[in-house]
Amino acid sequence: MAERVGIYVCHCGSNIAGTVDVEEVARWAGQHIKDVVVSKDYKFMCSSLGQAMIEEDIKTKGLTRVVVAACSPHLHEKTFRRACANAGLNPYLCQMTNIREHVSWVCTDKAAGTEKAKALVSASAERVKYQRPLEPMYVDVNPATLVVGGGIAGLQAALELADAGHPVYLVEREPSIGGHMAQFDKTFPTLDCSACILTPKMSEAGQHENITLLTYSELEEVSGSVGGFTVKIRKKARYVDYDKCTGCGICSEKCPRKVIDTVFEAGIGERKAIYSPFPQAVPRIPVIDVDSCLYFTRGKCQVCSKVCPTNAIDYEQKDELIEVKVGNIILATGWKLFDCARMPQYGYGRLANVFTNLEFERLCNAAGPTNGKIVLRDGKTEPKSVAIIHCVGSRDVNYNEGCSAVCCMAALKLGHLVLEKTNAEVYSFYIDMRTNQKMYEEFYQRLLAEGMHFVRGKVAEVTDAARNPDEQGKLIVQCEDTLLGRQRRIPVDMVVLMSAMEPQADAKELGLKCGISCSMAGWYTERHPKLDPVATMTDGVFVAGVCQGAKDIPASVAQGAAAAARVQGMITKGRVMIEPIVATIDEEGCSGCRICNNLCPYNAIEFDEEKKVSRVIAALCKGCGTCVAACPAGVITGAHFNNQQIFAEIEGALWDAAAAKTEEETATQSVSA
Amino acid sequence: MSKAKGKLAVYWAASCGGCDIALLAIDDKILKVSEAFDVVFWPCAADGKVHDIEKMADGEIDVCLFNGGIRTSEQEYMAQLLRKKSKVLVAFGSCAHEGCIPGLANLNNRQECFDTAYRDTPSTENPQNVRPRHETQVPEGTLYLPVFYDTLKTLDQTVPVDYYLPGCPPEADRIWDAIVAILEGKLPPPGSVIGSDTTVCDECPRKRTEKKIKKFHRTWEIIPDPDTCLLEQGLLCMGIATRAGCGALCPQVNSPCIGCYGPNNDVKDHGARMMSALASVIDSQDPGEIQQIIEEGIPDPVGSFYRFGLAHSLLRRGKLAADGNGHK
Amino acid sequence: MSDETFEPKIVGFMCNWCSYRAADLAGSARIKYPPNVRIIRVMCSGRIDPTFVLKALSLGADGVMVAGCHPGECHYIDQNYKAMRRFGMLKHMLAAMGVEAERVQLVWASAAEGQQLADAVEKLVADVRALGPLNWPGNWNEHKDRLEAIESMVKEHAEAMEVLP
Repeated sequence: MAERVGIYVCHCGSNIAGTVDVEEVARWAGQHIKDVVVSKDYKFMCSSLGQAMIEEDIKTKGLTRVVVAACSPHLHEKTFRRACANAGLNPYLCQMTNIREHVSWVCTDKAAGTEKAKALVSASAERVKYQRPLEPMYVDVNPATLVVGGGIAGLQAALELADAGHPVYLVEREPSIGGHMAQFDKTFPTLDCSACILTPKMSEAGQHENITLLTYSELEEVSGSVGGFTVKIRKKARYVDYDKCTGCGICSEKCPRKVIDTVFEAGIGERKAIYSPFPQAVPRIPVIDVDSCLYFTRGKCQVCSKVCPTNAIDYEQKDELIEVKVGNIILATGWKLFDCARMPQYGYGRLANVFTNLEFERLCNAAGPTNGKIVLRDGKTEPKSVAIIHCVGSRDVNYNEGCSAVCCMAALKLGHLVLEKTNAEVYSFYIDMRTNQKMYEEFYQRLLAEGMHFVRGKVAEVTDAARNPDEQGKLIVQCEDTLLGRQRRIPVDMVVLMSAMEPQADAKELGLKCGISCSMAGWYTERHPKLDPVATMTDGVFVAGVCQGAKDIPASVAQGAAAAARVQGMITKGRVMIEPIVATIDEEGCSGCRICNNLCPYNAIEFDEEKKVSRVIAALCKGCGTCVAACPAGVITGAHFNNQQIFAEIEGALWDAAAAKTEEETATQSVSA
Repeated sequence: MSKAKGKLAVYWAASCGGCDIALLAIDDKILKVSEAFDVVFWPCAADGKVHDIEKMADGEIDVCLFNGGIRTSEQEYMAQLLRKKSKVLVAFGSCAHEGCIPGLANLNNRQECFDTAYRDTPSTENPQNVRPRHETQVPEGTLYLPVFYDTLKTLDQTVPVDYYLPGCPPEADRIWDAIVAILEGKLPPPGSVIGSDTTVCDECPRKRTEKKIKKFHRTWEIIPDPDTCLLEQGLLCMGIATRAGCGALCPQVNSPCIGCYGPNNDVKDHGARMMSALASVIDSQDPGEIQQIIEEGIPDPVGSFYRFGLAHSLLRRGKLAADGNGHK
Repeated sequence: MSDETFEPKIVGFMCNWCSYRAADLAGSARIKYPPNVRIIRVMCSGRIDPTFVLKALSLGADGVMVAGCHPGECHYIDQNYKAMRRFGMLKHMLAAMGVEAERVQLVWASAAEGQQLADAVEKLVADVRALGPLNWPGNWNEHKDRLEAIESMVKEHAEAMEVLP
C-alpha cells in the first residue's frame, strides 16, 4: 500500500520565506511528488498551532509519513517527532528538511533558493517513504559511578554523588588526590589559601562512606555501555600495606635517599624515595619510588622496613588489577604544563632564574621548599625585580592556538604575592588582559593600584647578554611595547613564564578507552559546546574540569557538580533510553568474512565462532553505520539510515537530473516493447 | 510422459561460448533436459534458424537461456525477439547477467575497440586499415553488418529478464538446480537471481580472523599460506563480496576469488561493495600512506573490482563524450 | 547546455556531528555560498558508502562532496579514517573510469568551521563549473543509427525469408 505523505513547509517568519518561495515549494511538492496527500506552508511550523496542524492531519487525513521543511533537525527534530507521536504516528516516520540553515540563510537568489528547497524536500519525501517505525530501547542504570581524576573537578563530582547517597569509585594516578590545586599557595581573586579550601574536601572524600578511593591507580580498560560499564583498574604497587600503614611518616623521615620531586614540587624541591607527595596527602599512605629506592636499585637498605612500627612495608607487593561495575563515568583528568623549554627564546632551562609559573607557585607556597620565600635559584637572594610573561605556549599558532584562560589572573595573583612578600618591582608582559569573571577585573584594578607594571606586548626574548652596565648580571626582557609603540629592554632578576595548560599526554588514549574523542587541541569533546558541556558523544561518559578545555577553579568545580548532577539524573531515572539507530546483521546472509569485526571502536561487533557469523551487540552500538557501509555482502542494515532510505534520498535530491535519465530509459524500452 | 514437452531455446550473444559448454557439463542429466524439452533453438549445439523463431507465436518458447551481453544491433534484436517469444527469459551466466569480461571493453569506445582489434594487436596485418562498417555497397546491392555499440549492455539493460543464473560460467550443479526448479515450477519470485544468499566465504574452508591490510599483493608476488584467508594475506580475494554457489573453487586451489558470481542480493554495485569493504580494513591513518597502499597494490582498480560487473555497475562504463557517440 | 547557464548539480554527504553542523553554522552565520549542493545527512562519514557517490553520479550529479569531522576528531572515535580510506580507493577507481578528480571532493569540517565548509562548497562548485556537465545518464546513449540498424535487420530478414516481423 502506498504511503500517505504530508509535507509541511515553514516560513519561519521571513527567515525562510525571505529567500525561498515557500508557497511554491509546497504547491510543487503537492503536485509533483508521488504519494503526497497534503502539502502546506505555514508561518511557524514549530509553534503549537503548527504542530497541532500536523497532528490534526495525521488523524484526519491518515498520514503515514510526515516531512517538515523548516530549520535544522538539530533544532526541532525532537519537536516534530513528539508532535507525530502525539497523533499516534511513530516518531521515526517524521523527517525534517533543513531549508533554513542550508538554504534560505545561505542563498542570495530567491529562485535558486526555491529550487534548492524543492530538491531537498523531494529528497526527504522519497526517503521518508522507506523509513520504518522504531522503538527506543532502555537499559537499567547501575547507581555506582567512576570518577577518573582526583583534582578539584573530580573531587567535587565524587562528593556531590557520594553525598546524594550513591557509591563512587574515585581513581587517581598520583599517590594522593588533590591535583594541581594542592600545589598552589593562593587562589585568585579572593586570595584564599588554596590548601585551606581544598584539604577539607580531600579528607572528606578520603573518609566518605560512599567513596572508594583508588589512588596510585590507573584506568586499564572499559567495556560495556551506559548504565552498565565494567572497568578494569590497575592499582600500582605502593610497596606499603594499605591496611597496616598508619601514615605516621617515619619511613619517609628516615629514608636515606633524596630525589628531586618533579611532580608535586615541580622540580624545585626534594622528596624521599618513600614518600607522600605533601603533608596533607589523602590517603597518607606513602609509596616507594622503585627507580630511586636504594633497596630496589642496589639491593640493600630496607631502612623503611626497619623503622616502620606496623610492619607495613612490603617489597614483594605487585600491581593489582581490580574490576568495578558502574553505570556512568566522569572523566576529570585535568592538564599538564606546557614544556617551556620548547620556547628557547625565553631561556627556560638555560637561564637559571627563569621559572615556570608552577615552580613559582611552589616558591610562594608556605609549605613549599623555601617555606614561601621568593628567592632566586640560588636559594637565598631575594629578587629586586620580577618579570611575569603571559601566554607562554598559548595563543601561539606554533604551540597551542587557544587561550589557557587562567594565566592572566594567575599572573596577577603571583604579582600580588611578589609585591606582598618582597620589595621587588613586578612587570607583567601581556598580549591582552583577560579578566572577565566575577571580581576579576576588580582584582586587576587592585594590582594596578598596588604598583604592578603592565607592558602590553609579546616578549621576543629573555637574555642575559647585557648591552649596558644597568643590564649587567640581569635577565633582560626584550619586548615591543605596543602601547608605546617602541622596543623596550627591561632588566630583571627573575622571570616567571605563565605556561600554557595542555591536555594530558595520554588524554587521547584514555578517551579511546572510554569511547570519546578529543578536539584538535587535545581537549575532550563535549556533546555540545554550549548546550551540553559535560556530556559526551558516548552516553554515560561525562567530562569535567580542564580535561574538557582550559578553565579556572570555579568553572572546574561547577563542571564537576554539573557532571554529577547529570549522573544523578540518570541514577534517579533508573533506566536510560538508547536511540534505536543501531546496526543489525542478517545472520542468514552473513558468511563470517569478518571484515566488520575490527571496524567498531566500541567493540559492538562480536564473532560467533560456532555459527561463523558476526553479530551486533545493540546496547554497545552507537549507530555510526561504518560497518553497514563496509559489509561486502550488504547484509548489515543501519536502522534509520539504511541503503534503501539513502538511495531514495539521493534519487529525490536529483529529481531534476534523474528526469533526464528516465526519459532516456523510456526511449530504450519503447524499442524492446 | 503425459505432459506435453516444453520448448527450450539457448542463445549466445557477446560471450565466449563457455556458457554453452557449461550447459553440456551437466553430463548425462542433459538427457533429462531433452526428455522435458524440445530444443527449438541452440545455435551452438543444434541447427536452427532465426526465421523459425520469428515465425513462432509470442510466448511460444517456455524457457530461453540467454548467455552473453549485448554489444551489437544484431544481439539487441535477438534479445528482443527471444524476449517476445519466451515465457521465461533467463540471463544465463555472467555475460548476460553482468556483462562479464566483454563488458570491460566499456572502458573504451567503439573506435578504440576497433583500433585494437584491426590495427594495434601484433598479429594484425591490415595495411589498408579495413574496418567493419554497417553498410557496404557491392555490385549486388547493399550488405549490412550489425552496428557495433560503444557500450556493452547486459541483457536486463536491453529487455526485461525473469531470472538470473550467475557465474562465469555457472557451475554445473547450480545449472541443474535451476533446471530442476524450472521443471518443478518451484521458481523464486521473478527478477531473482537463482542462487545462494551468502558469499563465497561461506563455502571457503580457510581460517579467518579480524582483518587489517598493510599491503596488497598481486597473485604472483607471494605464495599464500593454504589455510589462512587469502585476503588477510593481502591478496585481492573478491570472495567476501561475491555470491556463493561455486563452492569456493578458486580459493581452494590457493587462488583468490575473482568475483564471477557477482554480488549478493540487493547489492547495487559489486565493485563499490568490494572497494568499501577493502578500504575499510587498510591498516593506516595517514592519507599519503593510504594512497600508496591503494595505488601500488591495486594498479587496475576497474579490472580488479569490476572484472565481471562493469556493464552492470552503477556507472556502467568509462566516461564518454557528452554526445554519447564515443568521441572523446 | 551552454556554459553560461550550466548550474552544477552536486550532492553532499555530510556527517551528523561535524560537517552537517558546520553547514548549519554557515547558515546561522548567514555566510553565503552557491546553492548547488544538496546535502544528505548520515550519522558519520564512516557511513558513506562509495555506492552512494556512484549512485549520485549515475543519476546525473555533476559532482559529489563527501564531508566528515577532521581526522582525529570523529565523534565515533576514528570512523572518519575509514571514510578517508574509502575515498582514496574510490578516487583511484574513478580516475580509471575517466571521471575528473575535482568532481568528487573530500572535505573535513568541524562543527565550528562554517566558513571553511562554505569555502569548500564554493571551490567544488567552481571546479565542477569549470569542467562542465558530467551528464552520466547520457553516457551510454547509443548511436543514433541504432534503431535504424535493428529495423533494417528485421526488414532484411522479412525480405530474404518472407517472414513478416
